[in-house]
Amino acid sequence: MQWTDYISPLMQGAWVTVQLTVFSTILGAVLAFVFGIGKLSSNWAFRAISVAYIEVFRGTSLLVQLFWLYFALPLAGTAMGIDLRLPPVLAGVLALGLNIGAYGAEVVRGAIAAVHQDQHEAARALNFSARQTLWGIVIPQAIPEMMPSFGNLAVQNLKDTALVSLISLGDLTFRAEQIRNFTQDSTTIYSMLLVMYFGMALVLTAIMRGLERYATRWRTARS
Amino acid sequence: MSDPIIKFDKVVKRFGDLTVLDALDFEVMRGEKVSIIGPSGSGKSTVLRILMTLEGIDGGLVTVGGEPLWHEPGPDGLRPASEAHLRKMRAQLGMVFQQFNLFPHMTVLRNITEAPVKVLGLSKADAKLRAEELLERVGLADQAQKYPHQLSGGQQQRVGIARALAMRPSILLFDEPTSALDPELVGEVLNVIGQLAEEHDLTMLLVTHEMRFAREISDRVCFFDQGQIREEGTPEELFSDPNEDRTREFLKAVLD
Repeated sequence: MQWTDYISPLMQGAWVTVQLTVFSTILGAVLAFVFGIGKLSSNWAFRAISVAYIEVFRGTSLLVQLFWLYFALPLAGTAMGIDLRLPPVLAGVLALGLNIGAYGAEVVRGAIAAVHQDQHEAARALNFSARQTLWGIVIPQAIPEMMPSFGNLAVQNLKDTALVSLISLGDLTFRAEQIRNFTQDSTTIYSMLLVMYFGMALVLTAIMRGLERYATRWRTARS
Repeated sequence: MSDPIIKFDKVVKRFGDLTVLDALDFEVMRGEKVSIIGPSGSGKSTVLRILMTLEGIDGGLVTVGGEPLWHEPGPDGLRPASEAHLRKMRAQLGMVFQQFNLFPHMTVLRNITEAPVKVLGLSKADAKLRAEELLERVGLADQAQKYPHQLSGGQQQRVGIARALAMRPSILLFDEPTSALDPELVGEVLNVIGQLAEEHDLTMLLVTHEMRFAREISDRVCFFDQGQIREEGTPEELFSDPNEDRTREFLKAVLD
């Protein structure tokens, strides 16, 4: 077999990796906003849940979280008489999203807290409600602060998807392993793997830069 | 001119061990233009911040338009105000900040239309009309589509004034509106405030270090010192012939 023969199966795996990255990053972003805002909430229950979520998912290994969702949760479900078996894709997206969401929540919290008190006072003087102030005044100013960290987290998430090969999900790393077991051509395959992850990371970084430019366009307006 | 629109009755405000307002009594009549002068730390800005509900009080009673501001009637007399009560009361007040506090992510136009649309429920078209009229009045009709960072400090403060006016408050609070400006930009902002002072219905409370200006536009000037009004009177009385030594010392220090 030549290296060109590896391209087709690797591309199939890459497509799974892309899907995993997109879905888990979107899930992670939603969780980051919910629990990042939750950690600043005046409601103690919401705050407690947010702190617990953030600390648990930052304080344990992603691999263990993945194994727990895929292998342990169904057994716990059986013990309770519920079917909690997850398809590998769902387990992968959930584990990755929950993990990246916990890191993202800290980014969201920090950026919101960094918006100057002056802005809260102006909003209060104009009689905006707390909700209007948060979504209309504070978060639009906090998002530009979040974007560089979000960019890093998204790339981190892309690379973390390689772990899902361990629950037999046919991602890029899984396909590479399959071919390697068959051909023993480690150097070629792993080199191709490096290049492909790097290429995807470049594209992802470019997308995140675009989003960052969009979110900060008011800062760079010229007269 | 019957009942005062603003009334402070033995109001106490503390920051930790520091007593900022020490049983302050203070009244403003409807339509009156009052300037508050005094050394820094004398509690001048705190009076405005309490009125705008940015700071609570530790004792006494503040009424605005005859209604308690920081209290509302409960089953056993007055109880601390709820957010709903504060929101209702706030509708009568507007504030112009020392640092302008414009929303940097919104255009000038949107800075002015946002609250009328979202808080007062105006249609976008009506709010735009109102904003354009106000921008015309503060001399910035051609700057509507710019962002605050593209404007000079004086222009930003004029937008700040237009933004406050768009809510049609009956009381407008100015917290050292020219203190953050370069000297050559002070005049344009004072011009706008001076025009507003001609409006009969608008009650204005101005904390300022611009003594000449305070003298020109005020019906009454209050000299604050150590959390109380040390002396008050018409601009002529206070500036030309102060009774208190503290007032004289202060005026001498700032006017020289």
